[in-house]
Parts: sequence; C-alpha cells; structure tokens
Amino acid sequence: MRNPLQQQQADRPPPVGPFRSRVVLRVNGRTHVLDLDNRVTLLDALRELLDLTGSKKGCDHGQCGACTVLVDGRRANSCLLLAVTLDESEIITVEGLAAPDGALTPLQRAFLDHDAFQCGYCTPGQLCSAVGVLREAAAGHPSHVTEAATAADTARPVVLSPEEIAERLSGNLCRCGAYNGIADAVAACAAPATPERTPPPTPRRT
Amino acid sequence: MKPFAYIRVTSLQEAAAAYASHPGSRYIGGGTNLVDLMKHGVETPDALIDLTRLPLRDIQELPTGALRVGAGVSNTDLAVHPLVRTRYPALSQALLAGASGQLRNVATTGGNLLQRTRCPYFQDVSKPCNKREPGTGCAARNGVHRDHAVLGHSAHCIATHPSDMAVALTALDAGIELYDGEHGTREVAAADFHRLPGEHPERDTVIRPGEIVTAVLLPPAAPGAVSLYRKARDRASYAFALASVAAVLEIDDGRVRHVALAFGGLAHRPWRARTTEERLTGAVPTDEAVREAVDAELTAARPLPGNAFKVDLARNLARDALGALVRSASGAPPARPRP
Repeated sequence: MRNPLQQQQADRPPPVGPFRSRVVLRVNGRTHVLDLDNRVTLLDALRELLDLTGSKKGCDHGQCGACTVLVDGRRANSCLLLAVTLDESEIITVEGLAAPDGALTPLQRAFLDHDAFQCGYCTPGQLCSAVGVLREAAAGHPSHVTEAATAADTARPVVLSPEEIAERLSGNLCRCGAYNGIADAVAACAAPATPERTPPPTPRRT
Repeated sequence: MKPFAYIRVTSLQEAAAAYASHPGSRYIGGGTNLVDLMKHGVETPDALIDLTRLPLRDIQELPTGALRVGAGVSNTDLAVHPLVRTRYPALSQALLAGASGQLRNVATTGGNLLQRTRCPYFQDVSKPCNKREPGTGCAARNGVHRDHAVLGHSAHCIATHPSDMAVALTALDAGIELYDGEHGTREVAAADFHRLPGEHPERDTVIRPGEIVTAVLLPPAAPGAVSLYRKARDRASYAFALASVAAVLEIDDGRVRHVALAFGGLAHRPWRARTTEERLTGAVPTDEAVREAVDAELTAARPLPGNAFKVDLARNLARDALGALVRSASGAPPARPRP
C-alpha cells in the first residue's frame, strides 16, 4: 500500500511546477530522480519515498539527532534539510554503512559488542553521528572541550577521550540513557592514541 | 508549511534579481534555523532563493593580515581553520560552544548572524509577539524570564540574540559585508549589525530588504593580543547561553593597551561593554580594577523577576575571562576555557 507521499508522487501531474522541483539524490550509492514538493525534507524523502526507514523522525526540529545522516561525508540533521537543496549531493544513511554483502563496519560491530542501545530508536542516528565524530577527530577538528590550539595542534588528529566523545555526541539525545555503551563503542573504534599522550580507552563491560 | 517556490542561483546578481521579482522570498544558506521556523509557521516565505551555489565558501588571508570569511563557510569550517584557531581563539571557541556537530556542519556564517531569537513565545504562533507580528504584544513580559534580556530591552520585547559567533565577532571588531543589486557592497561593524528592540523589535539587524550577507572581515590580530570565549548554560553541551562573554586583551608594559569585551545571552544583540573597556584601557589590570570595570558596565542591567541571576553570572564570567587573559597576556599559561 502506498503512503500519502508516495501516492502524491504517483499522482503528480507536471514534473515541476511553481511549488515543485526535480532533484537528483544519490543515496547509498544509488541515484534517484525525484519530482518533489519543495517542502519535502531529506528525512521525509528517505523514509516515505525511498523506503529507507532507518533514519528516525524524533523531534523533527534538529534537537534530538535521531535523523542524522551523512551528506557529502559529513553528519547532518536530515529533518532540517530540504531535499530540493541537495541536488547531486551524496547521502549515506544507516542502511548504507554496512558492505553490500551485509558485513557490518567495525563501528556497528562495536555497538553490538558494547550493548550500545536500548530501544534502538535513536541508534541509526547515533551510528551515523559516530561515523562523523571519528572522521572529524581524525581530521584534527577541535571540539568545545579540546585544549586551546598552537599551530602544531591544528594539523594533529584529536585523541577521543571520554570527555571528547561525550561532547561530540551531544547532538544525539537518547532518553533511554544508553550513553555509556555508546561512548565505549565509539572509543573502541577511535584511532589509538600515541602512548605518551593518553592511554588507550578501556571498554567498560558489565 | 506553506507551499513555496524554489529558486537556485549561482551569482549575487542573479540572487538580487530573484529577490526583486519575489519580494516575499527568503534567502536560504544552511537553513538550520529558517526551515525550523517554517515548520513552526513563524516564517512563511513565498519563495526560497538558495544561495549555497554562490562562490562564498572561501576563507582568504588578505595581504594586510586580515581574514575574509565567505558568508557560505560552514560553522565547522570556520571553527577548525588553523588561522582562526591560532589568531582568533575567541571565534573558534564561540562556534564550538554553539549547537551540535550536525548543525555546525550545515549552518553558515551568514545564516548564523541572521538567526532569530529562540524566545519560546516568538516560536509559538498561538502567542502574541511584537517581534513576530508587530503590535500584538509580548507574552514573554509576564511569562518565564529565565532566558530573556537583562540589558537594553524595551517595553515591546525582552528577547535575546542567540548567536555565540556574533558575540565573538563583536569583541574582535569584525566587519560584515553586505550586497544588494541596487547599491552594491557596503560594510557594517559587527557591533552595529544587530539592533536593540526599541519600538521595532521585528527588525533584528540593520540589513535592508533583499540585502545579502556576503562576508565577514576579521581585522589583523595584533601581536600579543589574546582572546577567549566563555559560556554558561543549563547543561554541559548543546544549549543556548544563559550568559556568555568574548574578550580580547593586549597588555603593554604592564598596562592595558587594548581591551574588548562583549556579552551574549543578555540582550537583543551582542552587548559590547564600552564602559568596562573605557575604565580598563591604560590601566594596570589588577583584580580590583577588573572587578570595578565589569561592575560599572552591569549597573545598566535591568533584570526581570525571573532572571536576576544572569547579572551575577555575567559578572563572574567577565571577571574570570579577563583575569585569565591578564595571566595569559603576562606570559602565564592560559587557563582552560570551561563550559
């Protein structure tokens, strides 16, 4: 059965009109040409038109992070992005993280190993956000809790201490309180610290 | 959300022409605030003009040592830029203290300046609000004041400006470059860009209809000048400021050669503390001198019943920030900024 947005797509008379536009979305390696009402967010396009329901609609106002996906390699709240503005962008959702044969990434495996979820509603957003966190730290991006920079620091990867992980994942709010497992899973996938700076993070198992 | 036309442009001239033919339109950059307000029904544009394809995404160092930041540069790219981190730490710290990683990746420099207040009465279209609908009244005045202004508010509006970045730009004496199709380009000081509410709280800034923010200009950082940003909020991360402070200090031969102080979270715009600056310039920056200079500024505060705590919070933040910069400018290791 078609949902209302899919039905609207099927019924569409003109490909573009005063309030509609054609947009090319590249999602998880596949190209989709969509004629969309300009109001459709990326989140709604993914869930309602492309049947990619991993990304969740939590607050729908950019406050909870459950809708987080990667846009051109960077994490973003898909609920606040209008799909029409993303023509030709490369989007990766939680469905696109694993290999085509279904093999999980080390991060997904670590979420399993560290029991990094309870109800799981916000887990897809947490996973996509964590991919972004790992990339940002590897690229040397500072956070609010990173020490003030000298010129040399600006080129150095940031060591993901528990404090750094908590700060960097603060855009993903989980009312289940599964943060400890999530932080441990991300720490397990962080680039190992150089021994003289920080000891490697110890996964906390219960 | 009201249906709207979507227009993608690739040059400033095209953008201005699109605005001229769609006077009820809004420009969109990252859209993290605009789309949110459209969902709430606070913003109801007839058309969106998408500026993200304009060539405004570079950070350039000019021959003078100034830095020119395109309005389309993301908050992330600005915060992590090596020259911003090392020369203008207050700016990098302010950006990193704002929003979440997801939002900073999308939000732009121009959009950050033009974001609207997060006053809950402004965002709730069922409540009267002079900023949203002039002449309807202010539901906040007899409401919950915790997040509202203590300085510069008017009978018509007690909202605060939410940007952290703008507070740092104000203290750094940045300029904001604006373009419109008719008059070309002009520059406004960051300190003069946002307005106090007065009789017209619906006008957040001095921007004219159709004008586009094209760049932010950071003056060359003086050798020996130090800066920082500190923010107090209700949780450790990802929340707007109850009060914040950006400060820049230069000491020469034991005396203050230059000091700039701006408060966030206290007023309808970043609050440049001119009284504090006048008192400290040329002075020996003892703890006592700093305390008196900060207190003198905050005698102008008119707190509301629910937010008197903000005055003490701001006073303590400013004293601590200036104290840390005095130690840092005198060669002591800098104190680490804390939430």
